[in-house]
Amino acid sequence: MSAPAAQRPTARPGLPRPGTTGLVYLALLAVLLAGAALAAARGQELLTTANTVDLLTRSSLLGLVAIGQTLVILCRSLDLSVGYVMALSSVVGATAMAGQGSRIWLGVAAVVLVAGLVGLANGLIVTRLKVNPFITTLGMGLIIKGYLDTRYKGPAGDVPAEFQLFGYTRIGVVPLSFAVMAAVAVLAVVFLRRTRTGVHMYAVGGDAEVARMSGVRADRPLLAAHVLCAVTAGLAGLLIAARFGTGSTLVYSSGYELESIAAVVLGGTYLLGGRGGVGGTVAGVLVLATLDTVFNVLGVDPFFKDVLRGTVVIAAVALYARRQVDRAATPPRFPPPPLLPPLLHRRTGGRP
Amino acid sequence: MTATGVPGTLRRTGAALAGGGSGTVYALLALVFAVVFAINPSFAQPPSLLAFAQQAAPLVVLAVGQYLVIVAGELDLSVGSLVGAQVVIAARLIDGQESATLPVLLLMVAFGAAVGLVNGLVTTVLKVPSIIATLGMMLVLYGAVRLWTGGAPTGALSEAFRTAGRGDAVELPLLGGVPWALLIAAAAGAAAVALMRAPQGRTLVAVGDNATAAAFSGARVWRVRTLAFVGSGVLATLAAILIGGFAGVTAQVGEGLEFSAITAVVLGGVVLGGGRGTVVAAIGGALAVEALFTLFNQLYLPSTIQPAVQGLIIIAAVAYASRERSRRSPRAPADAGGPEKSPREEV
Amino acid sequence: MRRSRALLAAGAALSLVLTACTTDAPTDGAPDEGAETGTGGDWFDAEEYEAQLAQRDIEPEGPEDEPWLQAIDPEYADTSEHALEGAEREDPTVCFSNASVSNPWRVTGWITMQQQVEVLQESGDIGEFRVSDAADDDNQQISDIQAFVDSGDCDAIIISPSTTATLTPAVETACESGAPVIVFDRGVNTDCMVSFIHPIGGYAYGADAAEFLVEELEPGSKVLALRILPGVDVLEHRWAAAQRVFGDSDVEVLGHEFTEGDGATIKDLVTQHLQRGEVDGIWMDAGDGAVAALEAFEDAGRPYPVISGEDELSFMRKWEEEDLTALAPVYSNFQWRTPVLAASMVLDGEEVPEEWVLPQEPVTEEDLDEYLERNAEMPSLHYAKFGGEDLPGYPEAWQDR
Repeated sequence: MSAPAAQRPTARPGLPRPGTTGLVYLALLAVLLAGAALAAARGQELLTTANTVDLLTRSSLLGLVAIGQTLVILCRSLDLSVGYVMALSSVVGATAMAGQGSRIWLGVAAVVLVAGLVGLANGLIVTRLKVNPFITTLGMGLIIKGYLDTRYKGPAGDVPAEFQLFGYTRIGVVPLSFAVMAAVAVLAVVFLRRTRTGVHMYAVGGDAEVARMSGVRADRPLLAAHVLCAVTAGLAGLLIAARFGTGSTLVYSSGYELESIAAVVLGGTYLLGGRGGVGGTVAGVLVLATLDTVFNVLGVDPFFKDVLRGTVVIAAVALYARRQVDRAATPPRFPPPPLLPPLLHRRTGGRP
Repeated sequence: MTATGVPGTLRRTGAALAGGGSGTVYALLALVFAVVFAINPSFAQPPSLLAFAQQAAPLVVLAVGQYLVIVAGELDLSVGSLVGAQVVIAARLIDGQESATLPVLLLMVAFGAAVGLVNGLVTTVLKVPSIIATLGMMLVLYGAVRLWTGGAPTGALSEAFRTAGRGDAVELPLLGGVPWALLIAAAAGAAAVALMRAPQGRTLVAVGDNATAAAFSGARVWRVRTLAFVGSGVLATLAAILIGGFAGVTAQVGEGLEFSAITAVVLGGVVLGGGRGTVVAAIGGALAVEALFTLFNQLYLPSTIQPAVQGLIIIAAVAYASRERSRRSPRAPADAGGPEKSPREEV
Repeated sequence: MRRSRALLAAGAALSLVLTACTTDAPTDGAPDEGAETGTGGDWFDAEEYEAQLAQRDIEPEGPEDEPWLQAIDPEYADTSEHALEGAEREDPTVCFSNASVSNPWRVTGWITMQQQVEVLQESGDIGEFRVSDAADDDNQQISDIQAFVDSGDCDAIIISPSTTATLTPAVETACESGAPVIVFDRGVNTDCMVSFIHPIGGYAYGADAAEFLVEELEPGSKVLALRILPGVDVLEHRWAAAQRVFGDSDVEVLGHEFTEGDGATIKDLVTQHLQRGEVDGIWMDAGDGAVAALEAFEDAGRPYPVISGEDELSFMRKWEEEDLTALAPVYSNFQWRTPVLAASMVLDGEEVPEEWVLPQEPVTEEDLDEYLERNAEMPSLHYAKFGGEDLPGYPEAWQDR
């Protein structure tokens, strides 16, 4: 929230301070090495073809959700409805396709439309009705849950074999779904760096007030972030449908909303907005997926997995939290008193 | 209280009740109860209302705990898991022996405080955002307690343990039995109100409002926030005692309570990000959430639609409150752009 | 510079696509069109319903004191192609993809299965028992099954699917690997597996419970239905059958509520229904929290209802203590023993029923005492018909789980 970043919103303001993203990739490397060593100690191999495919497939699903989540978090918002949007999208996509290869595009279009509308509703409620995003998206999730439970009693729709390839095809060890996720990630990076709305997202997240005074309209980037977040969750829902061969309403209980937030924060994006990026998020997702693969290879008790997952997430975030701005500093309602900037600079290790 | 006397207190209470967008929650509460009474007049009888109070008590206690954390600018997602863990711990350690009740209760309180302390220190000293710190704690507690019990709770609670959540404290002539849970929740609420009036309470709000300013005026921010988490952990333990007492042990106990508690607090007009809102309004929010469930039930609303209606009402209520707030509060320069803080508060 | 690098990357990716494209999708991927569970519509299948009701009265074949080896109307499948010979038959690896151990019923069954596995390992019938647990995540379970297939180590694959429709492609993949596949508990929309093991089913469970209530209650009595959650086929079948039975009776159904099996929610809901009027009967799609429902009656000072719970011990003990009018429908927990035994049989080339329908008999007033006595040492949230009394780890394994 240091003022220099927010006051120069167009000058590539919010790139993570050198090191944060790098640190995440270092963490990924560390997890991979530690996992490989542990597996080797038990006479097993971590990155066999099967395990790598598994790892990358796992990351593609969470990755799609987390990329969208990154955008909203950069805008100092968040989206707790992504799991429900995934479930809705998988059902909408699978029913629209109705088992026919010729209707695939109809299914995809329907999902993008429906998910986009949900995101738009989230964005409008947050920006126009001024409802806290936590409550907005929690409430939206409940609304979708109510609709799904009432309208569909369990799995619905039928995904044609051609579209199931989306979930199962791979190029060497890289699943198609992972390539799609990577492509979406690249698009998101370009969007954040090269488009007006994208750059403004950092400004809005940095400090909405300052951003507004310097001519950025806070509403538009926020609205765009919510729509894009819902659409990437929709894509994740399509991937689910392709993997399952049908739409599944029960996906909403899989906890993707909190896991995606964890991935974003693990990826070094500042939970208060304005700082971070998609590159880190992808690394964060890979860290979580690697952990799961390691646990699987080692045959860790399912309950102990939760304990380890919780501990590792906290420990990892704690490790590089020190490098970020002191969270206690300057809530947005009060502009920082004149005394503060030098102090902040010292604490952040002197941003340019 | 001593300086201004009763009128001052009344005025302050009145202002607290009406101010800061929390008026919405009382209006909502009154509306829901009016509809429930209209549908089912017998619900207005003391026994039904006391039963309602008994059911609402755990959420009220949780909301008070969550309020402490939220008003200090943080969030506690671990309370649901903590409630579940505590009930399971109680059942396993007590294992039906009456004599074990008191030691186990003390142990639970210590455990709750320890969990809160860890949450607080991880958040304040290790600088992990509280949403992540408490999310991690939620996973750890969920997994650890199942690891310990092999996946399904074992043992049984003692009769004495169950009294708090299930039993009546006194039998009054007209009202019937007054449940312990009501008295306990009221005591927790009153203690919280007293705390918020005391200098420590003001410091808590000040820290949530503007930690830097609070630090400049001498508050030890990390300590205040850590204590708020400890408070939340202890109150979650109290809620666990009430819930376990009310309904006994099931494998799913506690699940999802963190979101109910946060919803209740926000519904009460308390701003996520800290510094605004009263504990009385948070309690009102908890009662409103419980009253909504009662309403759905009285309306015979199909249970699949209930979440959708709940979601709509929550969004509408918070939107309305936020409109009221921006209309009432004079537009300070810093406030001009956004309604309250900014799109998302310091979560 | 940047652009040319991107072009290079795209070129590399394209050449990779052309050279190394593979798919792990099941080749005959199109799921069954007619599978009633895949359409999301009505859960009621009249034919299956009638079949299950009839199966309740059929005497099962098999050893009398080992219900987990009994089968109703079995049609045996030849498994000689899966038989292992000589050195291969020694210590074969059996892989088990478990949906989860996230509720007490699954916890109890999982212990029983592990105990059974130990016996088979002692005798050398199976070697390594490799397990993965998907923690109720369908996508995870698809990956788990894929991992078993890719490892190439599994001589037999046992699957307990987390959701019927969504696991179908993964089970097909497992079948194509050539290893014999055994599915139990919930089914899938394919018949590629060697054996599908399950108790009679959800319709029979729901009908047992509903018929009992109809029989015990006066005409015009009011019944409240408590359900765990929507959209899970085994649970939806129970409710579909109950609706059918109640629909043909003079009993009035007040409504149905979803409780997620949480005692506090159950007690809360029942209390509210009692505030509004009479409740004479409680129908439950699973017994979790039945005691909480009964306590709501106690606390409101009302007489106990006629209730159908499950063979879960805290409910059965309450039943005996309070001398309730009750029934404990059973979703046979002992079915967890059958798949490992079946795997061992298949690896020997012995024939097994293609659809292995295990008996499923409710616990009634008459045999309540017997089952309570047999399980006297067992903790709450243990299931009476777990069928592990003859296993070496009995009773400690189930007591200190």
